[in-house]
Amino acid sequence: MSVSILIPGALRGFIDGRAEVRVEATTAGEALAALTAEHASLRPHLFDDAGVLRSFVNVYVGDADIRTLAGMATPVPAGSEMMIVPSIAGGSPQPGLTHEEIGRYSRHLILPEVGMEGQQKLKDARVLLVGTGGLGAPLGMYLAAAGVGTLGLVDFDLVDASNLQRQIIHGTRDVGRPKIASARDRLADINPNVKIETFETRLTSANAMEILRDFDIVVDGTDNFPTRYLVNDACVLLGKPNVYGSIFRFEGQASVFGMPDGPCYRCLYPEPPPPGLVPSCAEGGVLGVLPGIVGTIQATETIKLILGGGSPLVGRLLLFDAWTMKFRELKLQKDPACALCGPNRTIDGLIDYEVFCGIGAETTAAAAPAAITATKLKQRIDAGQAVQLIDVREPHEAAIARIPGARLIPLGEVVARAGELDPSREAVLHCKGGTRSSKAIAALRDSGYTGPLVNLTGGIGAWSREVDSSVPTY
Amino acid sequence: MIHFAQAAFAAILAHGEADFPHEACGLLVGVDDPDGVRRIAVARGLANVREPAAKHHRFLIAPEDLLREEKRVRGEGREIVGFYHSHPDHPAVPSRYDLEHAWPFYSYVVVAVHAGRAVEALAWRLSDDRSRFDPEALVKGD
Repeated sequence: MSVSILIPGALRGFIDGRAEVRVEATTAGEALAALTAEHASLRPHLFDDAGVLRSFVNVYVGDADIRTLAGMATPVPAGSEMMIVPSIAGGSPQPGLTHEEIGRYSRHLILPEVGMEGQQKLKDARVLLVGTGGLGAPLGMYLAAAGVGTLGLVDFDLVDASNLQRQIIHGTRDVGRPKIASARDRLADINPNVKIETFETRLTSANAMEILRDFDIVVDGTDNFPTRYLVNDACVLLGKPNVYGSIFRFEGQASVFGMPDGPCYRCLYPEPPPPGLVPSCAEGGVLGVLPGIVGTIQATETIKLILGGGSPLVGRLLLFDAWTMKFRELKLQKDPACALCGPNRTIDGLIDYEVFCGIGAETTAAAAPAAITATKLKQRIDAGQAVQLIDVREPHEAAIARIPGARLIPLGEVVARAGELDPSREAVLHCKGGTRSSKAIAALRDSGYTGPLVNLTGGIGAWSREVDSSVPTY
Repeated sequence: MIHFAQAAFAAILAHGEADFPHEACGLLVGVDDPDGVRRIAVARGLANVREPAAKHHRFLIAPEDLLREEKRVRGEGREIVGFYHSHPDHPAVPSRYDLEHAWPFYSYVVVAVHAGRAVEALAWRLSDDRSRFDPEALVKGD
């Protein structure tokens, strides 16, 4: 069927100066294929190397943009009129650098790789930091110092004393304050030229697209799998680079995901690990300086992406071990079968990442054990009841703080040493926060232990808060 | 060389002043003479559809507006040969952002508006290798 395509002035040079071309086609894709088959030099102006219509080219069938219809499969009835409409945009230069800024950034300005142009790019850039914790702290501080014009901060947490060992953006006097307020004050002190936009909320499927949309680059400083997948998916769907970093004990990882020619986090890990398999830093610990190293690697990559120079960590996973002091690098391929960034993608919107990562399902699947609060436990002990109190933490943790009278049997030994428990009496198990003691109860039950087992809700932390503040929290 | 009808030239200056401190934008309708002179008969203002927070230094023409105008202009036997936009409190020189978003063929006229007064308008055309804008001589008269 014959269809006419109207050509804007900008593209006529590629089709012998004609303003209109007639082709035989039944869909928009066929029509453009016929047009570019006849005029091959036009093709790179309409399509990228992957054959996707360029973002600054709009194609209309009648009065409707094919992106709002069926894309390239949009039908073109006989006699219909198509038109290629270029995107027309521009603008004035952003305000240049002030004398104060020229002085402040002079060590950047004399690097030819940065210079005035690069520093202006940094000033024009909008970077979103997801999390202001261990990774977010050095990230925010170095990006602010480097003169990134706008920093967005997302966090919902309060500063806790246990954060200060590594989250150097927060200070001792900030304990109890919202992290976002403490981070904003510190960044403004480092560089008052930086515009700071704060989002005091948990990043969720409901708000992620809206928050990420206005930023050029997203830096992932989160410590959990649901948010990591959420950030990855939202970045790929919005076409934004995702500067990734993660830490655990002495080891860290970093990479750059979400670039058009590179893999995404799902290419590396299509599925999250089973819940509980990979402990968080709160459970497993982390060397305080480690996020400083990984976060500054992320900050470096962010700055390189803004400058558009150097060799970015795209398609490369950097592995760091602080204990052996070794860096290694793995090559990452874009997975052609990736459900998110592959050509046959099946994920076209954000999902429920708690469910995806098996969180919630975990607590309903494993029957929650009987539980007791620290206050009630204290009342029972004071009333002279014969309670066996079992501490399932590790010996190095027991060296930090103990509940008086508790017997230490680490989680890994609890089944083998079940004979040390008296099944005729109730046993109350505790750990740091209640997770491991709950696992210990499940393991004892699975091994056939029949005596009454109760979990201390909130672990030794709750004991310290509710009963005995002389027991330190950690 | 680009030749403006007086009224068309006055219109782009007035539009730049009216939309200050935001960027004004619009299209240039005319014909390319066989002698190489691009003659602008009409300048037509269009909406700057960028978000409010960016309008002071960015402009974007809605593709549906451009589609509608392209069809109308073709119906009149003329064509869209360029675009204009204002630079509030900046010189009439294309920015890096302008260069990154430029198309060949079109004339880009930039109007410098300082403190609400249009002080200069200069015409530019993208070089063949797209690396820079070359100045285009601008004359006006009826």
